[in-house]
Amino acid sequence: MHSPHLLSVKDLSKSEALEVLDTARELSRITDGAIKKLPTLRGRTVVNLFFEDSTRTRLSFEAAAKRLSAEVINFSAKGSSVSKGESLKDTAQTLEAMGAELMIIRHPTSGSAQRLAESGWVNAHIVNAGDGMHEHPTQALLDAYTIRSHFPEHDRDFTGLRIGIVGDILHSRVARSNVLLLTALGAQVVLIGPPTLIPIGAISWPVDISYSLDAEIGTLDAIMMLRVQSERMTDAFFPTEREYARDFGLGTERLKALKRSAIIMHPGPMNRGLEISAASADSPQSVILEQVANGVLVRMAILYLLMGGTPIPTEGVLV
Amino acid sequence: MSVVLEQSEIDRSLRRIAHEIIERNHGLQSVVLLGIPTRGVTLAQRIGTFLASIDAQVPVGVLDITMFRDDLRMRPPKPLVPTQVPSEGLDGKDLILVDDVLFSGRTIRAALDAIGELGRPKTVQVAVLIDRGHRELPIRADYVGKNIPTNARESVRVQLREIDGIDQVELSV
Amino acid sequence: MSDSDFLLKNVVTSDGTPIDLEVREHRIARIGNTLTSDLPSIDGDGAMVLPGLVDLHTHLREPGKENSETVLSGSQAAVKGGYTALSAMANTSPVADTAGVVEQVARLGKEAGLCDVFPIGAVTVGLKGESLAELSAMAQSAARVRIFSDDGNCISDPLLMRRALEYVKAFGGVIAQHAQDPLLTVGSQMNEGVVSSRLGLKGWPSVAEESIIARDILMAHYVQSRLHICHLTTKGGVELVRWAKGQGIAVTAEVTPHHLMLTDDLAESYDPIYKVNPPLRTKVDVQALREGLADGTIDIVATDHAPHPAEDKDCEWSAAAFGMIGLETALSVVAKAMIESGLMDWQTLALRMSTTPALIGGYEDHGTIEVGKPANIIVVDTSSTWTVDRNKLSSRSSNTPFHDFTLPARVTHTFFRGVHVLGNGQLTGRKYE
Repeated sequence: MHSPHLLSVKDLSKSEALEVLDTARELSRITDGAIKKLPTLRGRTVVNLFFEDSTRTRLSFEAAAKRLSAEVINFSAKGSSVSKGESLKDTAQTLEAMGAELMIIRHPTSGSAQRLAESGWVNAHIVNAGDGMHEHPTQALLDAYTIRSHFPEHDRDFTGLRIGIVGDILHSRVARSNVLLLTALGAQVVLIGPPTLIPIGAISWPVDISYSLDAEIGTLDAIMMLRVQSERMTDAFFPTEREYARDFGLGTERLKALKRSAIIMHPGPMNRGLEISAASADSPQSVILEQVANGVLVRMAILYLLMGGTPIPTEGVLV
Repeated sequence: MSVVLEQSEIDRSLRRIAHEIIERNHGLQSVVLLGIPTRGVTLAQRIGTFLASIDAQVPVGVLDITMFRDDLRMRPPKPLVPTQVPSEGLDGKDLILVDDVLFSGRTIRAALDAIGELGRPKTVQVAVLIDRGHRELPIRADYVGKNIPTNARESVRVQLREIDGIDQVELSV
Repeated sequence: MSDSDFLLKNVVTSDGTPIDLEVREHRIARIGNTLTSDLPSIDGDGAMVLPGLVDLHTHLREPGKENSETVLSGSQAAVKGGYTALSAMANTSPVADTAGVVEQVARLGKEAGLCDVFPIGAVTVGLKGESLAELSAMAQSAARVRIFSDDGNCISDPLLMRRALEYVKAFGGVIAQHAQDPLLTVGSQMNEGVVSSRLGLKGWPSVAEESIIARDILMAHYVQSRLHICHLTTKGGVELVRWAKGQGIAVTAEVTPHHLMLTDDLAESYDPIYKVNPPLRTKVDVQALREGLADGTIDIVATDHAPHPAEDKDCEWSAAAFGMIGLETALSVVAKAMIESGLMDWQTLALRMSTTPALIGGYEDHGTIEVGKPANIIVVDTSSTWTVDRNKLSSRSSNTPFHDFTLPARVTHTFFRGVHVLGNGQLTGRKYE
């Protein structure tokens, strides 16, 4: 990877994205066997800098770091007396002083990972674990990894795959990162949701936009259901949960309309009965638990690829 | 830059190593070859071919040691190569690690760590085409194609026809 | 003879006419070609003389946030930027919503003695948008307030806006509206559009500004009062004002230098130096603003100089404060945006940055160079360029988006009521007493 950070999917060229996916696949082969723990990052310190609750993402990164033998420091701002503004700078500098070489940051503010990387506050590698409504690049990578594992003929290129992202696109960092990554890999992406939850500027994105899940469902090779936050209803983005579930939920009828080869994805945590029915979530087409497992592999790959050194002149023969 | 080993010498060296392996292990019943990518894999396959022509077929696998190195900080990360352990496993085997050049010994140390995760061979032996000296760890090769005295700044480049289109070893500053 | 009497020689007016100017007793005594005088002379080296610039929209932060700016430091910044009159916005702490506070600000301005500081009064008590402040008392105070604004907040309640527009007719006041529908901009961070959709920053729709402008234009017409629109930023807003002027409605409008130059894609850096209210818009909007300023649809340039301490910008975007400083760069930015682009000449620039704002504010001592009027004049070297260094500004704050920009036109001299407060681009330490 040419960038010392992973702030956005835009930091990755197509070949670099494939390199991450390939590395994750090799790691899966190593760790599927007898090896549970690799010594690669022994003696190196990574920090989970979480300004927003997300047990799943934090645990996934923590598992990835520990399987590579890194020391992990967990910092959670939630509940501590961290105030806005100065806190990110001060907190990051404090943790760097404790030896953190790589910071995994989850923050409610869009752009905070980039800000941390580019402000000159710290020298550490920065990995964006979700910044506001902006991006969540490792989620997109694990989604691409999952899709690829089900479509082996698309190992190097997603051209010909049609992937639907359904729901609250407006507030979704998962959607933004996936649009960038999946289209870069060649997939055709269709955003599906009520017009209130599609950003005004999405007309400039390289995607199709649809307001009807029923019109699209039979065309999809993968369907990604986004979580509906309960506050969206109170903000009048849609009238009732019932109406939302009727129009955009993946229920039994729509499950039948899916291609047999299509996979069902969800970044979690799910609202069963709202955006996805229990039958859909637990159907044989659902790959939701695979996504979780793949998340650890993709994050291991990212940590490995980011924490390598800079090239040195060939000495002897490199193995 | 000078060529220190040509194709015929490489062939002769590998054939000799094959004989030594048979002799040292009193046959090939429990011998397994594991090549260390990239060129160690090719060399292991060639030694395997010699062994088959002289005596018997042995399992040949691949051991990627990238994730076991202790110098990640000093090198760019490299793509991982699938590790392939023969289906009968490593337990109780006479395992022979094959690499192209033995230098600091760190690659072999990393390989020993990786093997520790994969099983418990009876013995672990090391075969290299070139031993150029300058060991940083108490590690030695059991089978050496050729010893080439070097200074630390020189570089040894092994080229194999399967990968590089030519069989030769170069020494350059 | 006062010690500030002098003869300014070898300057040209904004239309290129060579003149000399004699200043006696703080006023312009004579204007002519190759004047001779017994007074000490200052050589303008052929540079341009303009009436001192007048800003109708300055945040001086005193009282309350003196770590960002004071009336004195803001006055120094003003003088360096060629301003001889400022209008201090009401969102201080306490809010300038009583005669007492506006008189305090006016007194601080007099003590600084570098330029006129005209306080703007709040329209509503505490800028809360609930009940009218004592507008008449502020108008009749020693500060003689004529411009009223809740700037920073929009007077969104239509009934309250109607009352305010009506009420100020009694003393010739004007309501300066910060047009921003609050419900359409809850939590908004930047212009809503292609860039915001990509960055995941909450959008600030242009219609939130335009709907208030449209409403207030109709209201001003209905109650036959004067409306001033602060910091116009959108093409649609320009078109609304153009329509209103065509109808003969008494509306005036301002644009900031930064909205004439910068666009929303700067937010790609997530550097909150570009975070400002109202937000930076698109290229199309910038072009419409430039054309509007050139053709007079937009009457004036106002800086919206908004100082903030470093810690309020050295943080992540959402935590950062809105605002940019502008007093020291305004003239050069406008020269670059409007004159280098060929849209406007220096005479028009003088109208937009001095004459017209003085008229709107009722600042009779400013805006023109005429015999008998106070000598509020500046000398501008229009042929040289300079590079902005945020560490060398006189403002207490350094939140300029123009750091490292090389800009045309240097203010070399500022005379405030004849006192030579800026010489060769440096503060002289003199003041008007």
